[in-house]
Parts: sequence; C-alpha cells; structure tokens
Amino acid sequence: MENKLVISPSPHIHSGDSVSKNMYGVLIALIPAYLVSLLFFGMGALIVSLTSVIACVGFEYLIQKYVLHTKPSICDGSAMLTGLLLAFNLPSNLPVWMIVIGALVSIGIGKMSFGGLGNNIFNPALVGRVFLLISFPVEMTSWPEPGQLTVYLDAITAATPLTILKEGGHSLPEMQDILIGHKGGSIGEVSVIALLIGFVYLLYKKIITWHIPVTIFVTVALFSGILYGIDSVKYATPMIHLATGGLVLGAVFMATDYVTSPMSKGGMIVYGVGIGIITILIRVFGAYPGGVSFAILIMNAFTPLINMYIKPKRFGEEKK
Amino acid sequence: MLKTFRIGGIHPPENKLSAGKKIEQLALPDQVVIPLSQHLGAPTQAVVAKGDKVKVGTLIAKAGGFVSANVHASVSGTVAKIDTVVDASGYRKPALFIDVEGDEWEPSIDLSEELSAHIDSISAEDILRKISENGIVGMGGATFPTHVKLTPPSGMKAEILIVNGVECEPYLTADHALMLEKGKEILIGVRLLMKSIQVNKAIIAIENNKKDAIANLELLAREYEGIEVCPLQMKYPQGGEKQLIDAVISRQVPSGALPIATGAVVQNVATAFAVYEAVMKNKPLIERVVTVTGKCLTHPSNFKVRIGTSISLLIEAAGGLPEDTGKVIGGGPMMGKALVSTSVPITKGSSGVLLISRKESQRKESTSCIRCAKCTSVCSMGLEPFLLGTLAERGMFEEMEKELVMNCIECGSCNFTCPAHRPLLDYIRLGKSKVGAIIRNRKK
Amino acid sequence: MNLIVIAVITLGAIGALSAVVLYFAAKKFAVFEDLRIAQIEEVLPAANCGGCGNPGCHAFAEACVKAEDFSKMYCPVGGAAVMSKVAAILGKEAKETVPMIAVVRCNGTCAHRPRTNIYDGATSCAVASALYGGDTDCSYGCLGCGDCVVACKFDAIHMNAETRLPEVVEETCTACGACVKACPKSIIELRKKGPKSRRIFVSCVNKDKGALSRKACEVSCIACGKCEKVCEFDAITIENNLAYIDYNKCRLCRKCVEVCPTGAIQELNFPSKKVENN
Repeated sequence: MENKLVISPSPHIHSGDSVSKNMYGVLIALIPAYLVSLLFFGMGALIVSLTSVIACVGFEYLIQKYVLHTKPSICDGSAMLTGLLLAFNLPSNLPVWMIVIGALVSIGIGKMSFGGLGNNIFNPALVGRVFLLISFPVEMTSWPEPGQLTVYLDAITAATPLTILKEGGHSLPEMQDILIGHKGGSIGEVSVIALLIGFVYLLYKKIITWHIPVTIFVTVALFSGILYGIDSVKYATPMIHLATGGLVLGAVFMATDYVTSPMSKGGMIVYGVGIGIITILIRVFGAYPGGVSFAILIMNAFTPLINMYIKPKRFGEEKK
Repeated sequence: MLKTFRIGGIHPPENKLSAGKKIEQLALPDQVVIPLSQHLGAPTQAVVAKGDKVKVGTLIAKAGGFVSANVHASVSGTVAKIDTVVDASGYRKPALFIDVEGDEWEPSIDLSEELSAHIDSISAEDILRKISENGIVGMGGATFPTHVKLTPPSGMKAEILIVNGVECEPYLTADHALMLEKGKEILIGVRLLMKSIQVNKAIIAIENNKKDAIANLELLAREYEGIEVCPLQMKYPQGGEKQLIDAVISRQVPSGALPIATGAVVQNVATAFAVYEAVMKNKPLIERVVTVTGKCLTHPSNFKVRIGTSISLLIEAAGGLPEDTGKVIGGGPMMGKALVSTSVPITKGSSGVLLISRKESQRKESTSCIRCAKCTSVCSMGLEPFLLGTLAERGMFEEMEKELVMNCIECGSCNFTCPAHRPLLDYIRLGKSKVGAIIRNRKK
Repeated sequence: MNLIVIAVITLGAIGALSAVVLYFAAKKFAVFEDLRIAQIEEVLPAANCGGCGNPGCHAFAEACVKAEDFSKMYCPVGGAAVMSKVAAILGKEAKETVPMIAVVRCNGTCAHRPRTNIYDGATSCAVASALYGGDTDCSYGCLGCGDCVVACKFDAIHMNAETRLPEVVEETCTACGACVKACPKSIIELRKKGPKSRRIFVSCVNKDKGALSRKACEVSCIACGKCEKVCEFDAITIENNLAYIDYNKCRLCRKCVEVCPTGAIQELNFPSKKVENN
C-alpha cells in the first residue's frame, strides 16, 4: 500500500478561514484610516507607525525565539496588527524611543507574558498605550495640529476636542472637520468616516459581528444624551462624544479584539454597554479627557467573568 | 422568507456534483459481505450457516431485541463463511460472506414495477410489523431501527410526521435523486408512516437547492390529503433531527429529551421509500441508493446498490479510483467516516461514498485558540465548542457535563469554521463518550 | 512632619484593625483537622498523581487516618519506605509489598508492524481509538499518540520517535498506574519488577486469530501454545488467542522466550546469552 489513505475524524472539509486571514482582514480595514492620517500628519504618522509595527514584530520574534523557545509565528499578522493599532493610539510626534518602549510593553507584557496570542487578558496595544500615557503624560497628550506634513518631532501641537471640552473651552472645531479627521488627536482616531468604512469592511468579511461596536455607540449616545438633556451647557452633545476621543477606533478595532472580548452574543452586549458607560464616566467625571482605552481595559478584565455567567442561547432552552 | 432553524449553522460549499443524475442499477458483484450489525442497537444473531443456500430477501440474521433490526440476504447464492471484516467503524466486526449465484428472489416479494397504492386495508399494526420484519432502519445515516422510532414511549403522542428530504450534507444527492424518480412511492410511504403513528399531517422538508424535487413532490402531494411540502432555506446542519423540527414547526427539543417531546416524528425520504417497498411489496431492506462522488472522479453518480457490495465496485463504476485519492469517506464530508480501505461494504446506512484528493485530505496544523467566538456563533445547539474542546483536552469531564456537552450533535460546524484549525470536535466527541460513561455509572 | 505622623497613625490603625479582624476570623472559622494528616502528608511524595486511588496526597493522608483496614492503603509512588513511615505515624504495621513497574505490552514498532493508513486527527490515543482500529492492521496495538506520556507525572515514560512505541524508564517509574488508566487499548500493565529488574512478559495484546495478527504484525502472539506447553510452572495461559504470563508464578526460566516462534515473549535485563537479533 504505497498510497495510504488518510484517516481523521469528521468533518473532512474546512471553511478555509485562518488566523492570518482574520488578522490581515483587520489590517486591510485599517487602511482608509491610515491613509487619512498620512494625509493629515504626513511624515510623523509614517515614522511612528513604521517604528511601532517593526518594533512589535521584532519583539514578538525575539521573545518567541529566545525566551519562550517556540516557533515564531510573526507571519500570522497579529503582531503587525498590534503594532499598527498601538501607532494609531499615539500622537504623530512621539519620539522613536518611547514608541519602542510602548511596543515592548505591548508585546512583552501585554501579550507574551500571558503565553502569546489567544491567552492575553488585556488588549496588548492598549496596554502599551496606557503604559505610555501614564509614563509620559505630557508627550502622550500633546497632539500635533493636522496639516504639518514634513515635520516630525517639532510639530506644533493643538488640543483635541475632548481636551477643549475638559478645559471648559467652547471653541470646538466644526463637526465636518471632526468627522473627516481635521482635528488634533492620535494618528488613527481622527477620521470617523474612514474608520466606519473599515467597520463596514469587517462586517462584510464577517471578521467581527456588529454586537460590540453598535452597543458601545448606542450606550455612549444614550448616556451622553441623558447628560446633555440634563444640562446642555455643561455637557457636550452625544454627537461630539461619538465622534471624538478615539471612540470609533476603540469600539470598532480595539474592543472587538477576539482574544479579550466575550464569546457569546449576550456577553458582547454586556461588554459593549460596560465600555460605553465607563467611557462617559471617565470623560465627564474623571481626570483624563479620554476614557475609551481605560474603559476597554477595565471591561477586558471582566471578560472572563462575563464568559462564565453569560452563556449563548442554548438550543431547547426556550419552551413552547 | 423561507424557514430554517434558529441557532447557528454554516454554509459549506454544496459541491452536488451528481445532482440531476439518474439512479443507475449497479451490476451484481461476485461476493457480498453483509455485516451482521448495520443499525444502532443490539447486535443480531446469524440464522444461516456456512454452506447454506440463500435467496434475495432470505432472513440471514435475526434482530437481537426490540431495538435491533433483521438483516436479509441481498443476493442469491451460498454462504461462504461467517468471519470478521473491517467495516465503516474501523474495527473488525462479524459479517456474512455470500458468493453470488444467479439472482433468485424470495417468492413472497412482489417484483412488479407497478405502483401499489391501496393502503386502506392495512392496519397500523401490520405496517409496524412489516417494517420491523423487513429490517428497515433510518437511512439518513443514524440507522436507528424505524419501528422503534414509530413506537413512541408510553404517554407520548405523535402529532406530526416530518419527512427529511433536506440532504444538507455537501456532495450527497441520493435522496434528491430518489425524490425525483420515486416521488409517488415516497408519498405512499409517507402515508403508511402517518398511519402507523396515527397522525393526519405530514410535512416533507426539502432545502431550496432542490427546486425540481420540491416541484415534483408538491405536484404529486396534491393527491394526498395531509401531506405538505415545505421548502427550507439552505443551511447546514438542517438535516439534524432537532434542527429540522425547529425549522419546520418552530419547536425546540428540550435538552435531554427525545424529539417526540415536541410531538414530531422525523423520517428520512429514503426510509419512507423503503417503508413503501417493505409494506406494499414485502421487500426487505436489501438495496439502497448511494451517491458516489468526488471532485477527482470522472463520473460522479447515484447508484442503486445491493447491501454488502464492496465500495471499490462503486468507485470502479464511477470512473475508477483516482491516483491522488487521499481519503475515502463513507457518507458526506461533514459527518461521514473516513474509511481504512475501499473494500468496506455498503450497509443500510451508507448514503454516499466521497473521494477527496490527497491535498484536501490533510488537515492544517492547529494553532492556539484566538477566542474569535466563531465556533460559538455557528454551533446549532448553542454550545461553546472552544470551551468544551479545552475541557476535554484537559480531562475535565464533570465540567463538560455542566456545559451541556451531551447536547452536541457532532455536526462538525465548529471544526469547519475554526480559523485556528483546532480539532474541536475530536475532543468534544471524546468528552461526550466519557461524560456518557459517567452518566451511565451514576444511574447504576 | 505632621503628614508623616498622620500617615503612620492611619496606616498603623488600619493594620491593627485588620490584624484583629483576621485573628477573630481565624478563630471563628478554624476547621479542626487531625494533626496526623499533616504529618502524613509531610512524608508523602506530594506528586498528587492519584495512583493510590485518592484525589491527591492530602486525600490519601485523610484516608489513611480514617482507614479501618490500614493494609489496604498503599502509596505506589513512595513504596514500602514511605508506607512504613506513615504506619509509624499512625502506630500501625505496614504490610510487605513487592515493587511493581509499568510494562508496555506491544512491540509493534514501525519495522515490525507496517502502517496501513495515515492518522490525521487530534494527537490523542483516546480520540484515535474512538475513531477506529488504528493506523496499522492490528486494532489492539499501540496507537503511538502518547496519552501515557501525558498522563505520567514522573517523566518516566517516553515515546521512541523511531519505533513509535512508549518506553518506560526503570529508574523513575513509580508504578502509580496513571499510564495504565490512560491507555485506551489497555496495553500497559503493572507487573512485578522482578529480581534485578528481570522480567518476562508477552509483549502483545492482539486477540485476533493467529493468521490475522501475524499478518498485521511480525512479532504478534499467534497463540500457538508452545510457551504454555514448555512452561514447567503453569504460569502461562492462553485465552482469546493470546498468551499471558502470570508474574506471580513465573520463575524467569526463559524457556518460553526460546520457543516463541514470533518473538512476542520478551525478556528484560537478563545477561545476554547470545547476540540478540534486534
């Protein structure tokens, strides 16, 4: 029998889906937002994003090869994705050495210390971002004004809409600018429209489901709407809350991270509501102007609990 | 909007290569190998010995209890030996080897092609007796003895008969071909089944990719009171008993209960046809329609085959075993069993033989779970395959029971979908058998 | 200065309060446990292998204290040495035990037993065995996925990559029986370790008829009965087409090894009589 038959349990066919297809799918969905950021922040955005991606992939490779002694799996695209997402959360004038530290924390502490892809509790890119935010608060909260294409470190900074709000100012940019992305902010968050294009792509490719992002949007809109209704002078409109502070980036790309979000549809909704509420609480009552990152990290911590208590709808549970 | 079941489901590529092909009668083999147990339940007792002469339809093994089914000779000739043979289970099982001599049928069998439609004079008991005598089993693959399924446990009453013409497995077209060619016989079979469980409503469920079969049966069903055809949206695993009941009458079988709890009895169209032949023609279950298919086969076809024929003959008739065959599957690609050799015989439950090329046979290397929740969203029983798989891998069987592993219908949607290529179902199946043993021990 | 004082006072107060609460909680919720349980646990190997039939060493210690019939308690890992210590703690007598070892009763190496198909399921003997007879024509033999290796807590059984059979490490095997339970084919058996680790056993569990098993594997037991006849101590029985050597009756005379036509009977750790053809 030179031609031996293969025996394996059923099923004998596979959808052809793979981890890397999903990861590259998300990367593709990030392209529109990336193009917009290049348009507004030019060289700064390019340097920051390249540094971050290269550093993340490099650290993953080195850690897998020399620390964990496992087969490096950098080709699956997950490190690249972490790198790009981290860059998206950084200002475009951040020095290279800080980015490298952020990447090391993201990959080393956020991901590898838990055992690599699939085992981490917190979204690695956010771990890196929050680490940088706490370590270098000044650098991490001074955002270059858009349109300075050829300057990197010396870019003139401007306040983000949320900082303007926090400081009680009322000279907010036009809504149109906010949506397109002509505003101060981190590299990837600025253009709401580009991010939403990415969202549609992810839904179309069935990489994510609508549950988490939509629940976050609805919760944020409702909660901030109530506050606005109570005192329209003190609190911003729901539209401002939805369109600024990286909410769309967070809701579509960070909160939906497979590893750190709940597994059941019901769980995803609870998770989304949690992120929405915490985001507004931090923005309105907390010390930081932006709260999306913290909200996602806090709900990441609750994910195992949500998974334990909120089970998918079982077949036959509903009696008729 | 067409009906379908409500939880989970996948859309594997259909690949119905042999759709629309006529049913061909396969030539008689020189020898048949008839496994003594071709059904779910107690094994049978052989009632013939080496050297005995048998005719087509001669009883060769008697049911070993109520949940068991008679086995009949599918050819005429001499019993060569009673020995063991590696069957679809991958283990050696007792089987009867019969050398074929001519084609002489038992005289009690009505061989005429004429349609026998007079069912009024036959009582429900007679129907059940004939079904049981003639060794009819569920022909969709589960091979559960049909007479048992038609005898609801005391206190339960059937309200409706659902006839399964879904054939949701990719590649397979045997039921489809039968519905096109034997529509009238199927409908009489359905009437007989309705009478046996005393219901006056039957729904034939067919997925919408078989429009010709739907049209054919809808037209024919006008003549029969109480029989309706229900086209369903395409979705796997719609042919699963629980999913089908949910799809057709929107009732879900409660966890741990029998499907009859919803008032529905499900029978396959091929079973309905076999019931027609058993009751009206007194013909035991000695042949069936089998799809032989595969992308590399030159002539994928539907064959009418005697039970016990080696599948190598079917492959021969369909164009011969291609060079780069990697896997030979008994059944469909989602739930069929990979066979160890092509000499495995066709049994009552063989709905198809599928060949897969070497390249497609090998599974991809599995990586760690990325918790994408795709398995959870496709699970048609609302389970969490990623969790069950991990628990089984770690031997945490008590926890698996709490996570309702016993509800799993082993449809394979989780494995099919998993981007990390994890062998989820392999481990879940293992867990199921371990948990099953734990439950049985507890009852003792 | 003021700040430091306040800090010291508040932290001190919190500390003191917690201490009081903890003290009373410890008193209130204390669970009485026989002191001997802890003492016994101390001398146990702490491998928590479950070889004794209890879920872990602590449970075994409890069981020892409670046991009415101490002679039934045995820690296979610690062996006689540990059991005598346990007996001393309890003031009881430890029974004599014979050292045992795990024995793999399959010699179907890749060379002896041709592979007839390719298994491509999950790497688990339990999964493979539930699926089918295995990747050779012998449906009784070792599947080679290494469930026994995973089950072993003492790193005492390893897969030989060349033969695709597990090998027991004499020095570290404690005869806890974990591999015996893990093997779905019931190939591994605990047998008497024997003087100087010398033992003789039938390295085959195939119950098929001789012709079938021989076809599947060169070194299978074909139940020819030669060993049964030659054995002077009535230690060998043949049942279901398979010979079995009772290790309590076997005197290690090695006559059966010589007469076995297929080489299914194996001897271990004997000084070599002649050059073995391996």
